[in-house]
Order: sequence, then structure tokens, then C-alpha cells
Amino acid sequence: MTKEKASGIARRDMLKALAGVPILGALGIQVLRKTSYDDKHNIQKEIVRELGLEDLMNAIKPVNHQEGELIRLGIAGFGVRGGQLAKALGFMEKTDFDYTVGNGSLDAQIRDGNLHVAITGICDVFDLHAEKGLATAAHDIHTGGTFASKHPVKRYRHYHEMISDPDIDAVIISTPDHHHAQMTIDAIQAGKHVYCEKSLIHREEEIYAAYEVVKNSELVFQQGHQYPQTAAFQVAQEILKRKWLGKISHVETTTNRNSPNGAWIRHLDENGNPKPGDARSIDWKQWLGKAPEVPFSIRRYYSWARYFDYDTILFGQLFSHEYDAVNQLLNMGIPETVFSSGGQYTYKEFGDMPDMLHTTFEYPHKELTLTYSANLTSSKTRGRTIYGQDAAMTVGGTLSVVPDGSSELFSDLLERGLIDPGSPMLEMLQGSSSASVVDAVSSATAQYYATRGLTSTSIGGQDWDVTHLHLKEWLDCIRHGGTPSANIEKAFDEGVVIAMADISYREKCRTRWDPDKRRIQRI
Amino acid sequence: MKWQQGILVALRMVIGWHILYEGIHKLIHPEWSALAFLDNAQWIFSGIADWIISNPALLNTVDAMNTWGLILIGLGLVLGLFTRYASLAGFALLLLYYLFNPPFIGMEVAGPVEGNYLMINKTLIEALCLLYIAVTPLSRHFGLDMFRYKYQKIAQKHD
Repeated sequence: MTKEKASGIARRDMLKALAGVPILGALGIQVLRKTSYDDKHNIQKEIVRELGLEDLMNAIKPVNHQEGELIRLGIAGFGVRGGQLAKALGFMEKTDFDYTVGNGSLDAQIRDGNLHVAITGICDVFDLHAEKGLATAAHDIHTGGTFASKHPVKRYRHYHEMISDPDIDAVIISTPDHHHAQMTIDAIQAGKHVYCEKSLIHREEEIYAAYEVVKNSELVFQQGHQYPQTAAFQVAQEILKRKWLGKISHVETTTNRNSPNGAWIRHLDENGNPKPGDARSIDWKQWLGKAPEVPFSIRRYYSWARYFDYDTILFGQLFSHEYDAVNQLLNMGIPETVFSSGGQYTYKEFGDMPDMLHTTFEYPHKELTLTYSANLTSSKTRGRTIYGQDAAMTVGGTLSVVPDGSSELFSDLLERGLIDPGSPMLEMLQGSSSASVVDAVSSATAQYYATRGLTSTSIGGQDWDVTHLHLKEWLDCIRHGGTPSANIEKAFDEGVVIAMADISYREKCRTRWDPDKRRIQRI
Repeated sequence: MKWQQGILVALRMVIGWHILYEGIHKLIHPEWSALAFLDNAQWIFSGIADWIISNPALLNTVDAMNTWGLILIGLGLVLGLFTRYASLAGFALLLLYYLFNPPFIGMEVAGPVEGNYLMINKTLIEALCLLYIAVTPLSRHFGLDMFRYKYQKIAQKHD
């Protein structure tokens, strides 16, 4: 306002016109005072300062893109998991692809990038699954299928044909567990790299045989555990390195589910009718393999995880993920003794799987106990928690650290009231978009896998399918050398631990590991 | 009359203070986002709210427009500059907030609340106060708009 324009206004009016200016000034002063007060009393900032958290998130390594020559893959077993692995590699059946594009949930897979692989072989004993596998392999979502047409997809009736085919470079094994070890051994001996779904073993002897074969080869072996690929895992590793938990004496792993599907009762469709498949369309003899001969059973075919004949029940299914997560973090290895107990109290209809199972793994030489508690009749979530004398850390898809009220390490912060033993002093949440994807899926079993960090993770502001990252690690090692995270040493530890727990449950005894003879004993 | 005027000016300024600080707070806390508010949206605008949330670029734009809208409206009300437009814009914005989350039966928001509302809440009351300010020729007597009117009068004289 120039002097000339204002000159027409009397002094009294001038004061009226500018009445808001001192109010604005007062607001400015108050804002400054509040900002400075908030800064001084910002507990979050003070905790960050005191604990040196500024660089904690640097522990999360970015996902790097490594170029390399084409790898031709063969997939043995194209059931639900086989389809998920193909999707993580960038292959989806056209109808699934269109449906996923339609509901807007494809982004993550597209963004995950091209792993430069072709699925050139499918082997499944069930015609329906094999056909689905062939259709999936022919539709590469990164290239719209043109890529695949250059590399025709072949169906193999028996996995021996697939592993001996020179047009296959590496194999993915996603069959029921009782085939895993033998297929791994045969594939490695045929010169193929192997990605084998957990659990590698079904019976104790298989551990030693598979270990010898894989260890004595130059080929890359990876077991299907995705958890080490998550951001939360990497931060948890850093927290352990900084020794915030103090002396660790208890590691608690859990499983909670409450649905027939979650208890692997999977032979019926949503209308209660048996799922497809019969003795004509399924090569039952080959499916049984070395397992005891029984007539064809649709229950056994779809719900195999419930039977001792084909699986180490909950140990091979969900405990294996739990053990891998904590073993990757703490390198705890093989316990001295194991004891399991439980029973079938709810799902009594068929199979051997208990719906209540508790197992204790004792590590006296490490002054440590690992426990596994599974409940298939309640979905109240319990975490995977590492208890130390200074703090307890719960790790899964998210991570939280709760200080211990008696901690010496944090006594100063506790006394000053900056942290409270009743609530987390550090929390890392899953990326919001991943959480919403999980909500959209809305299946209790999918939610279970998400809370354990087994589906997706957020790295560098992007959501990643952790199975994609785990497969990528395996492929990177094939192309450029190196050892993947779920390697044969880790698989050996896990195999022994699972066998000890499984024998203890089935034979109702305690088991002991003899480190000199490297064999399991019953006691 | 003078009392009425004084109280109206005070009303304009306290609402201005409130709205301006809301804007400043959002500006100095870049981590703030309307996401949580929109996520809780109910009634007729819940679909629009979901659409905004699902599009990060749009959400960022809405956040920026909201922040700067609040600052400009607040400044206008405190200083008495373009008072009528500021009041009307403030009324519209507050009405939107109200409609995104109206205190209707069955639409209670989870979590601690600082009051209990049925149909009417403080947002709606503040919105109506701004509508009243907009239709009252108050600004001609207090605020920078006085210079605008004076200038317009001088300009008219010279025409």
C-alpha cells in the first residue's frame, strides 16, 4: 500500500484496518514457542539420539539389479506353491493375469522386475496341474509371452526325464515333502542347480544323503525360506549386532490358525465337493514314491501335509519357517535335546497332524531354550519373540523391541521415563500398501503368512514379493557365484532339528543329537 | 452496535487463528497426510476418499491443497483481506470436513474423543459462523479490506 493510497484513511481507521497484524504477530510468536517446546520434549527424537537410531535403517540393503544370461527352469510339482513360485518369477496363466490386472493387484509383480528366466519344463503327476503349469510358463508377464514362444515349454511325465534334459539349467522342486530330498539328490547328480521348497527332508537318513551330495557339488542349492529377504529381518540382524537384547535365554516361536484350510484340510472346494482329480488323471504310483502303498485317496492327495507318510507335519510346514528365521538371526544350530507333545483334539477326521503341539529345544551349551507352540484352533496371533535380559524383540513382517523393566543397559532411559517396559521403544511397520494388499486378500491363512514376514516386504519405498527376492538370490548366485542365505548348511541344521522334533512326537520319546556321530538318538 | 461489531471481528480472528495454525502445523510437519482422516471417511464421500487414498499422487495434491488452502483462508480471516472470499472458502472447506465424517447415528469414530456429538459438531458450527461472517459487511470496518474499498472509492471518484 503506497503512502498516497493510504492517505485517504484517517489514523483511527488505519488502526482498524491493521487490527489483524498484531494478531498475526502473536500467532507467529506462539508457533515459534510451540515448535521449540515440541523439539525439546520430543521423546521420539530423544530416543533416536540416545540409542543412535539414525542409521539403523541403513541395515536394509537395496535390491540390486544384476544382468545375466538366460536361465531355463524346470518346475517339479505345479500345485498351489508351484503357481506362486512361477508368479514370483514373472509367469502367470492368462486368466489369472487378467483377473489380477482387473482388480489392480498386479503392480508388485510387474515392478519386481525381469529375472531373465524361462520356464521350459513342467513335471506334475496330475494332468490338470501340469496343463496349468504349461499355460503359466507360456505367459511371461514381462514380455507378454513372446519370450516363452522362443523357448517351448515341455511337459515331463517323470522328473527323471526333466532333470536329464540338457535344455534345463536348474530345477525348482515344489512337490509334497516326501519327494524333496530324493529329487534334490537326483537333480544335483544330474548337474542341475536346485531351489527346493521347505522342508528338504522327510526322514532323518535323507538329511545326511542330501547334505553329502549337495556339499560335494559346485551347484547352487537354495531352500524355500523367504524370511531373510525382508527388511524387518535385516533390521533385526542389526539390532542383535548392537546387542540391545542383552543375554538371550529364550526364543519363542508360534503358530496360530483356526480354519480347516489352515489345518491343511484341503480336499474339498468352497461348496463342500471334492476337488478335481482321480486315479485316471493322477499318476498315483509316482505320487506315492517310496511311501507305503495305499489305494488312491483324494484326501491324501490334497491334504498330504496331515500324514506322517508324506510330511513331518507341522514341523516341516510352519515350524521350518520359524526355525529358519531365528537360526538365520542367531545361528543357534542344532539343540542338544528335543521333546514334543500334543494331540489331535479338534480335527480328528483323518491324518496324523496334531492341532495342539508343543516342542522344547534345549541348547544347554548356549544357555538357551527354543520353544515352538502351535495351536490350530485359535487364530489369536502370537509373535516370534527373542527374549533377552535387556529387551525382547518380536520379528515377523513387522518388528518391535520392548525394553525390559530390569534392564541395566537401558536403566538410564527407563529412569528418565523416556522408554517404558510396557510398550515398544522401537517399532517397524510393514509398508502401508502391502498391508492393504493383505486386507484385500482377506484370507486368514494369507494373513498368517503376512504376519510372519513370508509374503511381502517394503524396501526402498517399494513392495517386494519376498519369494521373488529369494528366487532372485538363488539365480544371482548361479550367475555370479556366492552362497545363498538358505544354503545346504542351514538346511542341514534345519533337517536335523525337524527330524528330532518329528521323531519325538511320533515315537513319544526325547531325542538327543550326538555331535560326534552326527546322528539322532532316542532317549 | 459497536459491541456487536467488536465481537464479530473477534469471532473472525479466532476462527482465522485456528484455521491458519491448522495449515501451519501441516506445513511444518511434512509427514502429515490426510490419509488417516480419509481412511476413516464415512457416508456419501467414503468412495471418493478411498479413490484419493488409492492414488498417491492425488493424495499428495490433496494434502498440498489442503495445507495451503487453510493457510490462505486463515491469513484472509486474521488480516481481514478478501474477507468475504476467505469466509466462503472456509465455510466450504469445513463443510467438506463435516460431510466426510458426519456425527450421524452409527458413524461414530473409533478412539478417544473430546466431546459427544449427534448430528451437529463443532466443525459444522464453525462453518456456519464463517457463513455468517461472509454475509455480514463486517470487513469494511476492520481489516486490510478497508484499503481495498477506499482505493475502489477513490478510483470511482476519478472515473
